Amino acid sequence: MGWFKRLKDGIQTATKFKKEAPDGLWHQCKNCSETSTMKELKENYFKCLSCNHHTRIGSHDYFDIIFDGQFTVHFDDIISEDPLEFVDVKTYPERLEAAYKKSGLTDAISVAKGKVSRKPLIVAAMDFSFIGGSMGSVVGERIARGIDMAIAERIPFMIISKSGGARMMEAAFSLMQMAKTSAKLSQLAKEGIPYFSFLTDPTTGGVSASFAMLGDVNFAEPNALIGFAGPRVIKETIKQELPEGFQTSEFLLEHGFLDFIVDRSELKARLADLLTVFDPSKMEEAES
Amino acid sequence: MVFLEFERPLESLHEQLEKFQQIEAEGDIDVSDKIDELQKKINNKRKEIFESLSRWERVQLSRHPQRPYTLYYINEMCKNFVELHGDRTFKDDKAIVGGIGKINGQSCVIMGHQKGVNTKMRQFRNFGMANPEGYRKALRLMKLAERFSLPVICLIDTPGAYPGIEAEERGQAEAIARNLFEMAQLRTPILCYVIGEGASGGALGIGLGDRVFMMENTWYSVISPESCSSILWRSWDYKEKAAESLKLTPEDMMSFGLVDDVVKEPLGGAHTDREKMARILRLHIKKELQDLMAIDKDTLVTQRIDKYSKMGRVAVHTMDEKNPDSKEENDSPAEKADKKAPKAKKESKTKKASTSKSKATEKSDAAEK
Ligand SMILES: [Zn+2]
Repeated sequence: MGWFKRLKDGIQTATKFKKEAPDGLWHQCKNCSETSTMKELKENYFKCLSCNHHTRIGSHDYFDIIFDGQFTVHFDDIISEDPLEFVDVKTYPERLEAAYKKSGLTDAISVAKGKVSRKPLIVAAMDFSFIGGSMGSVVGERIARGIDMAIAERIPFMIISKSGGARMMEAAFSLMQMAKTSAKLSQLAKEGIPYFSFLTDPTTGGVSASFAMLGDVNFAEPNALIGFAGPRVIKETIKQELPEGFQTSEFLLEHGFLDFIVDRSELKARLADLLTVFDPSKMEEAES
Repeated sequence: MVFLEFERPLESLHEQLEKFQQIEAEGDIDVSDKIDELQKKINNKRKEIFESLSRWERVQLSRHPQRPYTLYYINEMCKNFVELHGDRTFKDDKAIVGGIGKINGQSCVIMGHQKGVNTKMRQFRNFGMANPEGYRKALRLMKLAERFSLPVICLIDTPGAYPGIEAEERGQAEAIARNLFEMAQLRTPILCYVIGEGASGGALGIGLGDRVFMMENTWYSVISPESCSSILWRSWDYKEKAAESLKLTPEDMMSFGLVDDVVKEPLGGAHTDREKMARILRLHIKKELQDLMAIDKDTLVTQRIDKYSKMGRVAVHTMDEKNPDSKEENDSPAEKADKKAPKAKKESKTKKASTSKSKATEKSDAAEK
């Protein structure tokens, strides 16, 4: 298990909770090319000051935005195996090791519990910086445990999706995480615990075709790419140009698959509204 | 007969056989010895070829143009079959077919992906690639099954859900996700068979069940070997390697605990003896349903969710400084939770039971002949 030792050292030496947001003093917007200081950008919820483009951020950036100060991180000790001994141009352990070093994270999702305007919430947030936010066994298992915790403590549950889809290096294991997470969400629903699905750029493939589309309330950041098939695949299949605005949050809202679009600066306030209305502890009282 | 690349050695033998059969039909010379000999040769050669198929060759067999598709099995296995159309919202998808009928005397709801049998029909069936309305039709039929306490049988054979503009507009992702969510809670038995290609979410969209089986020459994975090659190798030329890496055969899937068993095919593949294959499937269904119909509905749903909750392989990373190499192997993480442990044990027993069951099916098939 030499690779595991190396990988483990990688995890331990990496900066804990490194943010995905860009480092350095200056930031240039990918959308409009305007520059701002990092400080300005951060104060503006990592949104461009001139065009409001939502810069891709990491799970812990979202935790900072959503929670009232303190929160606890759970299930970080659950990490990847290599059940297929998968090799393409690199081995899977090599890819994992690189991802641990680059991201400072232990997989593509982090689960945290905290309070949003004094109301408890469990959030599983994905990180695109970890192998494209791909879903493997760890993502599925951490979501499953987050749901178990939400059921046990009767706390609302939220997933922040940000993923290119399946973790190909886990092949069918990755595919079955779609079934696993959906089955667990059906359990949560049966228990009467609300589930909020927050879709951010990008949410495609197996993630969109499972938990991301199953919220009691589905909402997204503006202008995020959301869809089942990737735009490139669709273009190659139909041999046509794709219409303007295809597969954006606004497109999904228009076609009836989102409840609303929320600016990142409004996210916390909107969540507080939802948590006030959907309060499982109050619902339990109402039933009895 | 259509011969695949690796079946070439059989082609010339078959040609010879046909010649002798013609001579015999003319009736002048007795060539029955020659015919027997050739048939034996063909059988041996076939055995030799099929004993050592690569994963890519299995993928090719799953796509064999003469392979039986869903409607063939339905017509062979079902009595009083009535096809039901439409999702009641938008349209009738031709790439997923389904309806009600009796199999072995038991009323069932049976459905599956449908590929076309010729060029014209392949277009009509959209190559077995369903749109959202296909998944929604499937769900409507499942709900119908639930209401009348009928078991659901799903036959999986698709190169993937259709990637098109309209499919996205109508929510391909939502349709598949909704099916997974609803199938997890469906209060009636669900039996799934991969009969050809099991490509990704498009396959899984009708593939969550109490028991999932794969026919011998099929594959099931998150992506096709071709697409995997194009993404990870950035070239279409590594499909054989990709197939090996993806470990997508029924035996692979069984060893991972992701499917319950392999359904044996006639030597040479399902297409070489379609009727026999349909009989094997029918008897397999009979055996499995006898089991599943006896389980009460609460237990059925609980067991189904437990089964999927355990899918995945993760390790628990211990931050123990003194013992840097310590690593807890943990195949089925859900078993860790104390309250789930007894259920987990029960689950593994059922698995063993289903393995021995398939042997019994083979025997009863032999008996029928
Ligand atoms: Zn900008």
